[in-house]
Amino acid sequence: MPDTGFPAAARTALADTQLRRNLHVATHTIRDKRLRAVAEVPDWEELREAGRRIKQHAMRHLDEHLETLEAAVQRAGGTVHWAADATAANRIVADLIAATGEREVVKVKSILTDEIRLNDALRARGITAHETDLAELINQLSGDTASHILVPAIHRNRAEIGELFRRHLPDAGDLSDDPRALAGAARAYLRDLFLASRVAVSGANFAIAETGTVGVVESEGNGRMCLTLPDTLITVMGIEKVLPRLADLEVMLQLLPRSSTAERMNPYTSLWTGVTPGDGPRAFHLVLLDGGRTNALRDTTGRQALHCIRCSACLNVCPVYERTGGHAYGSVYPGPIGAILTPQLTDLHGGRTLPWASSLCGACYEVCPVKIDIPTVLIHLRGRIVAGGQAAPRMEDRAEHAGMRAAAATFRRPWLYRLAQRVGLPVARRLVRHERLMAALPGPLGRWGAVRDLPAPPAETFRDWWRGREETP
Amino acid sequence: MRIALFITCLGDTLFPRTGQATVAILERLGHAVRFPAGQTCCGQMHVNSGYAAQATGLLERFVRVFGDDGVDAVVSPSGSCAAMVRHHYPRLAEEAGDAGLREAVASLAPRVFELSDFLVGELGVEDVGAYFPHRVTYHPSCHATRVLQVGDAPLRLLRRVRGIDLQELPEAAACCGFGGTFAVKNADVSAAMLTDKMEAILGTGAEVCTALDSSCLMHIGGGLQRQRSGVRTLHLAEILASTDAGGPAHA
Repeated sequence: MPDTGFPAAARTALADTQLRRNLHVATHTIRDKRLRAVAEVPDWEELREAGRRIKQHAMRHLDEHLETLEAAVQRAGGTVHWAADATAANRIVADLIAATGEREVVKVKSILTDEIRLNDALRARGITAHETDLAELINQLSGDTASHILVPAIHRNRAEIGELFRRHLPDAGDLSDDPRALAGAARAYLRDLFLASRVAVSGANFAIAETGTVGVVESEGNGRMCLTLPDTLITVMGIEKVLPRLADLEVMLQLLPRSSTAERMNPYTSLWTGVTPGDGPRAFHLVLLDGGRTNALRDTTGRQALHCIRCSACLNVCPVYERTGGHAYGSVYPGPIGAILTPQLTDLHGGRTLPWASSLCGACYEVCPVKIDIPTVLIHLRGRIVAGGQAAPRMEDRAEHAGMRAAAATFRRPWLYRLAQRVGLPVARRLVRHERLMAALPGPLGRWGAVRDLPAPPAETFRDWWRGREETP
Repeated sequence: MRIALFITCLGDTLFPRTGQATVAILERLGHAVRFPAGQTCCGQMHVNSGYAAQATGLLERFVRVFGDDGVDAVVSPSGSCAAMVRHHYPRLAEEAGDAGLREAVASLAPRVFELSDFLVGELGVEDVGAYFPHRVTYHPSCHATRVLQVGDAPLRLLRRVRGIDLQELPEAAACCGFGGTFAVKNADVSAAMLTDKMEAILGTGAEVCTALDSSCLMHIGGGLQRQRSGVRTLHLAEILASTDAGGPAHA
């Protein structure tokens, strides 16, 4: 692909030295912590395999599990709404809020609501959504978007956050950059919001089909506040988050915290089943979103992307993400999982350069708690995009396609392959002597030559050497 | 043991010394090797770049060239090409929907080995009689490490090389940024990764950086040479083939 989409955005990000520094520190810290947290679990590999099986089974029988979930939630006093796409989901949520008469809601961190741009849709209906997760609050105050699944403001350091808070939070004019002081200022600001709000919107980490139980795991306690204090709770969830049995949580709640925050257990795990009179919200709505997921299920290789439990371990170990950050991906799902999820959720209309945003090093697959074979899915999606993109390809795509066809035709015929060696090697020998000329060439050779020399081609190929050796008595 | 060499298209065309070194090591250990002349390319570039459909013919060719019953092991001085055959061929044969090809791949793929993995895991050899009096650092290339899981086989071999001064590479598991067409499609990210890898290599004070893949080494070595760093890259086979009587690395 030419320099559009990810390559161009990455180029800009790579030049941002503050971003590079912030990301390097953050990803390496969490990476090392995860290794220690995982090393404590003797049966980690068995747990990963169990997690993979649970998600695979859940996806194979998704239709049944969703109906079971709906019945269980309704039985427990909740209401289930079905949304085919983002527009439908946003309308349902806005209607539900409007029906309460409230104009302000508090939100638990939810990537799904970023995916459907819920906050924008609510604003259009005159409703203000307040993010209560610390990092989401930081991004909301600065008009920024999330750059990481778990740590949405990973691209910021505390000096930048201090400056932001001093400007935007009430009574924070002389706030220091000390993380404890920053958290304290956010806590004071958020507490008033929690106490005043009567409607909350959340996402969900899991929903249990057999019991109708919905779960959110978090670290800050803002989620627990939102899930328990308001009168009305609206949870928006992608249909792929359903798990068949409550017992499945035993596996998932071991895999998720160690993979995401590198903790043995996250500080707050909230599980709720419908409504309980006198305790917590009086009305509970579960909005189930398809949003391209059913369509993605049709791809037997690609659908394992839907197994993702949003731990973000793959982002933290990815050598590409580590250097570009999340914004370069142009998607709410960045990093390796975003590179396979984003194109599939949009039926290959969005994120078309993302499957190439990987060196296929496999670090993501190695850490994935549910063993999503991300490199294989990346390769598979490259194939789908190449095959589907031939109708109106750009010049460089056309040249690449012709080159690949010619190479394959050559490799299929040993005589032609030997001829290509014989003709090509002398040309290459001359070319590598002119490194500056090579770096100035357009296309792949120039991009190679910009930072690397080519090796001097040998005087004879291996096969010529071998033939000579066999002929020598 | 009847050994066939899978020398790879890159090794054949640009890095013949790596193949010659592979031959030298195996013969020194008393094994006869064959080089089936019909071999060309495993199709890794096509498969990894989204042209798997064009690679089916290459997969069939590979199976035809190496799949005869007279071969006990196919040995290749490339982690990523061996990984392509072992890890991706079964899936590609499945997708091609050809039952005969699927069976042929199922029988052949487990007999295809990366060189260091073959020496340590199959032959049970760690000391190959090499002599290489230089300071060396080893970069574990991704596909050999994560797909083939060769583990510390290359280091076991290197530790038994006489005269060697082996230095541990910091952040060794980090990808060098080659990634096939990634190096040119995402050239800027690739360059950023290469910079960090080169910094780690230079920090060891090594004269030579070695690995299991000529492709990664072409990228790392190309960067080191561009910077006139005074450090060169050399495939593991060429170090293992070196003896005090000289060897491919001294030629």
